[in-house]
Amino acid sequence: MRTFEYSRAADPGEAARFAHEGATIIAGGTNLLDLMKLEVMAPDRLIDINRLDLKWIESTQDGGLRIGTLVSNSDLAADMRVREGWPVLSKALLSGATGQLRNKATTGGNLLQRTRCYYFYDTDMPCNKREPGSGCAALGGFNRIHAILGTSDQCIATHPSDMAVAMRTLDAKVEILSNEEGVRMIDLGDLYRLPGDTPHIETTLKPGEMITHVILPPPLEGRQIYRKVRDRASYAFALVSIAAAVDVQDGKIATAKLAFGGVGPCPWRMPQVENLLTGQTPSAHLWEKATDLLLEDATGQGSNDFKIPLLRRTLAAVMDEATRGDGK
Amino acid sequence: MTAYLKMDEPDHRRRLDETVQGIIGTAMDRPDGAAKVTGTAIYAHEDQPKGMAHGVFARAPVAKGTLTRIDGEKLRALPGVLAVLSGPKFLRNPAQGGANEAPVQGSETIAYLGQPIALVVAETFEQARHAAHMLEMEITSEDGLINPEDAGYETPEDQQDSQGDLEQAMRDAARSVDVTYTTPSHNSGAMEPHASIAAWDGDRLTLRGSYQMPNYNQYELADSLGVEPENVRILAPFVGGGFGSKLGIAPEAVAAALAAREVGRPVGVALTRQQVFEATMRRSESRQRVRLCVDSEGRLTGIGHEAYVSNLPDEEFSEPVTQATPFLYAGAHRVIGHHIARVHRTCAGSVRAPGESIGVTVLENAMDELAHDLKIDPIELRLKNIPDKNPTSGLPFSSHTLAQALKTGRDRFGWDQRNPEPRSRREGEWLLGMGMASAVRVNILSEARARVTLSPGGTALVETDMTDIGTGTYAILTQICGEMLGLAGDKVIVSLGDTDHPHGPGSGGSWGAASSGTAVFLACQKIRAEVAKKLDADEADLTFKDGTIIYGNRQAPLSDLIDQEIAVEGHVEPGKTSDEVTQATYGAHFAEVAVNAVTGETRVRRMLGVFAAGRILNAKTARSQCLGGMTFGIGMALTEEIAHDPRDGHIVNHDFAEYHLPVNADVPQLDVVLLEERDDYANPLQAKGIGELGICGAAAAITNAIFNATGVRVRDYPATLDKVLAGLPQKA
Repeated sequence: MRTFEYSRAADPGEAARFAHEGATIIAGGTNLLDLMKLEVMAPDRLIDINRLDLKWIESTQDGGLRIGTLVSNSDLAADMRVREGWPVLSKALLSGATGQLRNKATTGGNLLQRTRCYYFYDTDMPCNKREPGSGCAALGGFNRIHAILGTSDQCIATHPSDMAVAMRTLDAKVEILSNEEGVRMIDLGDLYRLPGDTPHIETTLKPGEMITHVILPPPLEGRQIYRKVRDRASYAFALVSIAAAVDVQDGKIATAKLAFGGVGPCPWRMPQVENLLTGQTPSAHLWEKATDLLLEDATGQGSNDFKIPLLRRTLAAVMDEATRGDGK
Repeated sequence: MTAYLKMDEPDHRRRLDETVQGIIGTAMDRPDGAAKVTGTAIYAHEDQPKGMAHGVFARAPVAKGTLTRIDGEKLRALPGVLAVLSGPKFLRNPAQGGANEAPVQGSETIAYLGQPIALVVAETFEQARHAAHMLEMEITSEDGLINPEDAGYETPEDQQDSQGDLEQAMRDAARSVDVTYTTPSHNSGAMEPHASIAAWDGDRLTLRGSYQMPNYNQYELADSLGVEPENVRILAPFVGGGFGSKLGIAPEAVAAALAAREVGRPVGVALTRQQVFEATMRRSESRQRVRLCVDSEGRLTGIGHEAYVSNLPDEEFSEPVTQATPFLYAGAHRVIGHHIARVHRTCAGSVRAPGESIGVTVLENAMDELAHDLKIDPIELRLKNIPDKNPTSGLPFSSHTLAQALKTGRDRFGWDQRNPEPRSRREGEWLLGMGMASAVRVNILSEARARVTLSPGGTALVETDMTDIGTGTYAILTQICGEMLGLAGDKVIVSLGDTDHPHGPGSGGSWGAASSGTAVFLACQKIRAEVAKKLDADEADLTFKDGTIIYGNRQAPLSDLIDQEIAVEGHVEPGKTSDEVTQATYGAHFAEVAVNAVTGETRVRRMLGVFAAGRILNAKTARSQCLGGMTFGIGMALTEEIAHDPRDGHIVNHDFAEYHLPVNADVPQLDVVLLEERDDYANPLQAKGIGELGICGAAAAITNAIFNATGVRVRDYPATLDKVLAGLPQKA
């Protein structure tokens, strides 16, 4: 580990100011500290935000939630409002990591965690994300956990979060404090960038910007499901995961919101798929059509080819479950 | 005083059934248990002397090549850096178990990616780690063969065996199977990473390490350093798991010793988890072809088992895949084949029951395939084929418990609930199935010494450099000594893992308990004889209990009979009973699994293991050993796989996040039954090794259950969901 300066932020503004000057924000540290030990990340300065007053979950006037960036994954999953109104989020959180990690990991940190690509973590291997221009060792390497959608010839890494997949389904917004522009709000979907030629730039956050809250709109009608497929029953990242919020009215799909984990460089969502489903009668054939569209541009990289049929089967099962009976 | 036994004759006396202290075999708590669970047991890297410096390895970033220069000078400018070392004494990889001499040495020649080729020493671990990261090395890279199938295989003559004519038997058979399975490389997965602290006092080196076999490690370390073994002392009182990975002296011990001499201070070297994966032992991957043929009655007429494994150039070890095949089942026509490829991958060595772990597993899969083809119950097929003597050597068995284990398990598990037709039970999305497999592991007695000192005050001290690697040695040696000398458990102190003590057998190959236990038994027997002399009696006529001696109608406290310590060194060596009978432990595994029809995910619902390993010395620690083995079986069946990069062979998933050991949620209710057995040929304790039996065949019970649940036969371990999915019908 490289020597670094450490200071504790007195208020969010100070944190943003330090970040603007190049400091790296540390909250739970469940990912950053590992990366620093391996010198995959080697910040000169850390600004610790753990003592800021951003640990609260507030109900908003329109019936939604405003979640402080420091709310731990455990606390968010256990919150009664979340469990009742946004159960897909609670389930996604509980399917991630381990109890110990969830106690430390924070909401903002979860959104900004780095990929688990093996080659990203090994500083002797080329990685465009860690060292732009050095190449991508995952291409042509062992890439079981890698992405099938949204990749580029520079990077095939996935975003590993479960929580973010559920939030994407729920149309969450991210509240950002900027050192220069004050507070701004973006859709969670707009937080992430696809790798393209710049896989080292993962988000649209600018230097000096800090996530302070995540906003959930009011609860959705219908049934919510989080299904995670993985190599062992706990403490494993998703090979494929689906967060679904589906409402059926009079035997037809009124709304279908779907986000996918384990398959793309960010929590993946494809509005065309949802449009295709909306207004239709549930059927195996419909799921086929929807998956065909979702997977139109999917590319396997060898060890992860199985994700394509796996996603197809899992989506059909999730949609069956979401639309079974009267939709309740 | 010494007490020596060469095990040439079976010991039918069964002394431990006559003694009356009543602690042998009980589920006595570990004497070291409280220290371990409260964190006060001191493990290798925690035993830091004042002034200790820290060493961290830099790794070879290529699979094959030459280290031509390291730029140590530049590093000296970094804060805290004291020295940068490399050179001809550096170990390429750990010594193999029981080597008793140095392994291949020299940091100049790079043989695998991850080889520790330089050590940076600094005031703190963090400084050393950072400096090692910054170290600039000049390396000439060469093309090296990475993939065993590309490298081709050697066929060592002395590792081939055949009798009869298997080809003909296959042609004549009523039914036969000819199947090929593969198993991947495995990591031992010990909790405590490898660590050593070296301190010199003049010419004398003390090494605090995490080692399974200090009795060999002392000589391996001395040979590696070019010093006299008398000047090397190894201490390993607590070892946080080994599973084979800590059998032989490893690179960090030698580097720590070299560094400590260089900087004139004690130096500690602890491996990171990534380094444990890369620079200690892996279990070799294997390709195994099994041929089985039967007559119309379902009796095996032939067995072929050919194994293809790999290791680095110049390593003698090759995974003994077929170790149990020569004697497990009958059959007149037999072929054993063993082939090894030389590749530039992390060194292959002993990991978790080398041989039977993967060999019995695949043989038991093939048996399941045969039973299915024959439409005969898989237990019945095995019962029909239990030989009455070793079918290869013709030697008698010392004892044989396979049939009893199979039948006991069949009844207890509810095997009659299994539908032999695959894919016949379903709960929602989950397909349910049951599977079973035989368990077998060769039994070994190893030379061992231990000193027992009895004090007039009624306490005893047991000293040996035998280790407790989590197995329960402290407990069982306490029990054997207490039982023989009539002392309560808290009157016996056991001191382990110090090469200044008499040499034990080391922990490995499941021989530790019975071998070191026999040394303690022999010493105690002699002490009893010394006490008996005072009474002019035969020691077998005395009863020792709770610190008193009962003889005829006399009873006296120990202190009345002896006025000074009696110290005896027990010493056992294997003899004719190792050569003239076939000794093994047996068992049976049963598993029920649920396989998701949509995703191919497998969850084990319950498992039962029935095992016989002679006298059980401690019911609790023996059971724990079996639970651990079965848990490793779940890992082998479903999740564990070292992924080698296809281009340079390096271990891609070199941490516990991505090398998937089973976690709590993967391990369901495990039921263990230990059968009563006494094996008089094994040793005077009638006890056999149990540490490794629980993993042998366990994975096969699970994959056989997957077949019963789904009709999918996964022949490439582990049975991850993608491989199951490939055989599932389109519609879930």
